[in-house]
Amino acid sequence: MKRHIISILIENEAGALSRVAGLFSARGYNIETLTVAPTEDPSLSRMTIVSVGSDDVIEQITKHLNRLIDVVKVVDLSEGAHIERELMLVKVRATGKEREEMKRMAEIFRGRIIDVTDKTYTIELTGDVAKLDAFIEAIDRALILETVRTGASGIGRGERVLKV
Amino acid sequence: MTTETPQLTGAEIAVRCLQEEGVEHVFGYPGGSVLYLYDALFNQDILKHILVRHEQGAVHAADAYARSSEKVGVCLVTSGPGVTNIVTGIATAYMDSIPMVILTGQVPTHAIGLDAFQECDTVGITRPVVKHNFLVKDVKDLALTIKKAFYIARTGRPGPVLVDIPKDVSFHKCAFSYPAQIEMRSYNPVIKGHAGQIKKAVQMILSAKRPMIYAGGGVILADAAKELNQLVDTLGYPCTNTLMGLGGYKASDSKFVGMPGMHGTYEANLAMQNCDVLVAIGARFDDRVIGNPADFAKHQRQIIHIDIDPSSISKRVKVDVPIVGDVKDVLQEVIRQVEAGSIRPDAQALADWWKQIEEWRSRDCLKYDRKSAKIKPQYVVEKLWELTGGDAYVTSDVGQHQMWAAQFYRFDKPRRWINSGGLGTMGVGLPYAMGVQMAHKDATVACITGEASIQMCIQELSTCKQYRLPVKVLNLNNGYLGMVRQWQQIEYGSRYSESYMDALPDFVKLAEAYGHVGMQITKPADVEGAIREALKLKDRCVFMDFLTDPKENVWPMVQAGKGLTSMLLGSEDL
Repeated sequence: MKRHIISILIENEAGALSRVAGLFSARGYNIETLTVAPTEDPSLSRMTIVSVGSDDVIEQITKHLNRLIDVVKVVDLSEGAHIERELMLVKVRATGKEREEMKRMAEIFRGRIIDVTDKTYTIELTGDVAKLDAFIEAIDRALILETVRTGASGIGRGERVLKV
Repeated sequence: MTTETPQLTGAEIAVRCLQEEGVEHVFGYPGGSVLYLYDALFNQDILKHILVRHEQGAVHAADAYARSSEKVGVCLVTSGPGVTNIVTGIATAYMDSIPMVILTGQVPTHAIGLDAFQECDTVGITRPVVKHNFLVKDVKDLALTIKKAFYIARTGRPGPVLVDIPKDVSFHKCAFSYPAQIEMRSYNPVIKGHAGQIKKAVQMILSAKRPMIYAGGGVILADAAKELNQLVDTLGYPCTNTLMGLGGYKASDSKFVGMPGMHGTYEANLAMQNCDVLVAIGARFDDRVIGNPADFAKHQRQIIHIDIDPSSISKRVKVDVPIVGDVKDVLQEVIRQVEAGSIRPDAQALADWWKQIEEWRSRDCLKYDRKSAKIKPQYVVEKLWELTGGDAYVTSDVGQHQMWAAQFYRFDKPRRWINSGGLGTMGVGLPYAMGVQMAHKDATVACITGEASIQMCIQELSTCKQYRLPVKVLNLNNGYLGMVRQWQQIEYGSRYSESYMDALPDFVKLAEAYGHVGMQITKPADVEGAIREALKLKDRCVFMDFLTDPKENVWPMVQAGKGLTSMLLGSEDL
């Protein structure tokens, strides 16, 4: 069982997302995260799916994704060098001496504080999954009021390009 | 005078699109959302509409129309219940990769999502059982969408495509032009097989000592029966056809070893298991064909797999030489290379292999009691085969009678055997026969069914009357849900839970009530006479109710989950 990050170019049509999501649920495949948004060409959407499975299962997943009529291209980014990033917003309690400590932690993790009240900070953090997990581990759990994560987006390194 | 291009309504456009596609028959049932479409049908006489008695009949008939011809089946129904009634039929066609275009009415675009009368999320409900579907929100997109629907349905691995048309789209107007060609950047099915892989496969085929050719429904769908026959005849190798592939290779030839799988022949299953090179052509290693995959994999053999759909390859069984491409195209290339190549099959090894297969064949695994005082269902099918010269179109429902039809009607031609293989849908038999008869007006069409299956769509006897479809129904009436009873006997300690139907109708009277000829046959000696008489009634639909041995089972049998060679050959093995 390995973690795979699959990138998809898909026609930006109504229902395209449900075709992909439906395929995963119908065939019992696992989705860890899924992100989707239109590309610079508004007729196309780019989707990133993180899934965990054996090589055989991942092969079936990419084949079945390719079989969807709206799917233009599929690539398993984990087969080569790639970069992945995820955005996380964390709202934390920031009062008393913890207020300064929280600011310091955000800086160490190269996060930005994007909203401030006298009792809270909202911190924006990007990075790969491990880094975001590490931040959560590093701060006092009891101070976390809310987290929201986008799921991973991925792109190939160097000349590796996914384009029509 | 104006020089503007004429404006057509969406409904007129839809009808014109079907005409442009060469569609001759549309199976359907009207309702509120499709009234404009029906009005457009009324105003023309190129398309013939067949009015069924239940939408399920329409979708099955359109499916069989496609199965028995090289055409795309077309079905038209209204929104809401019209759609939900055809879901079974769409799923049936999808599982067997049948090219169909389904037009459905939808509530007007402004009412979508508001729980309008007869509204349902058609695209959502059908998504998992179609090759693709569309909701047309603007009349200007309608012609292109229908063009795409036909293109997607018939190319690549075929399948049903649904186009949902809201009522306002069907009366809005725009100029009509039908695109001659279509290109889709997201859909480009592979046709040519990989040259290197084909070369490798040919070498493997020619150096086999114990070869086996295993051909499925893909051969029929690709119209590659001619090529399959040529390849098998050139090589002299044994060939098996799956339930979906029957007729792909001629069953009357001694190289045909019968159907493989759960109710396959002893010789086919042993050859599948013991061969050293298995050539799978348009087949998908279905669980009913190879039994337990772990047991199947125990035996060392090399596998070549030719299929149009990459996702069928190495899905259940790992293969050594995958070839993705159109079966017909790939087979033509394989034949060319086999004929041009310098290697010849090892004649001695092949002779030894055939000797082994003949030994397996001598078990005569399809034998049954021919002296029985009760009508044996196998005998009825055999007689039908004999009296129709093996040249009828045969549809079936699902269950024991389906297996007996597959085992005992020896199909020599493709597209003659019409059944629901993948989904196993009871109720298809009669509407299938209607679809086939519409596609082949003068052909003999027989529906082999059982008293349980036939009642699932029996209302279509009325459609047969309206369109004078001279279908011959052979009802193998054993009083039981036979296949369920068989499993209950073998695997559930003979506890026959809900597999017996009390209060069956008088099928003779029922047939007569619908305006057809009804017959009841109770003795083996009367079987032949009844079929002869029915076949003589060329312009009548005849319902033959054969009271068959209620205890007869389908043999051989590989129990679910067992290995392919763990076969029960008869009740003596229980």
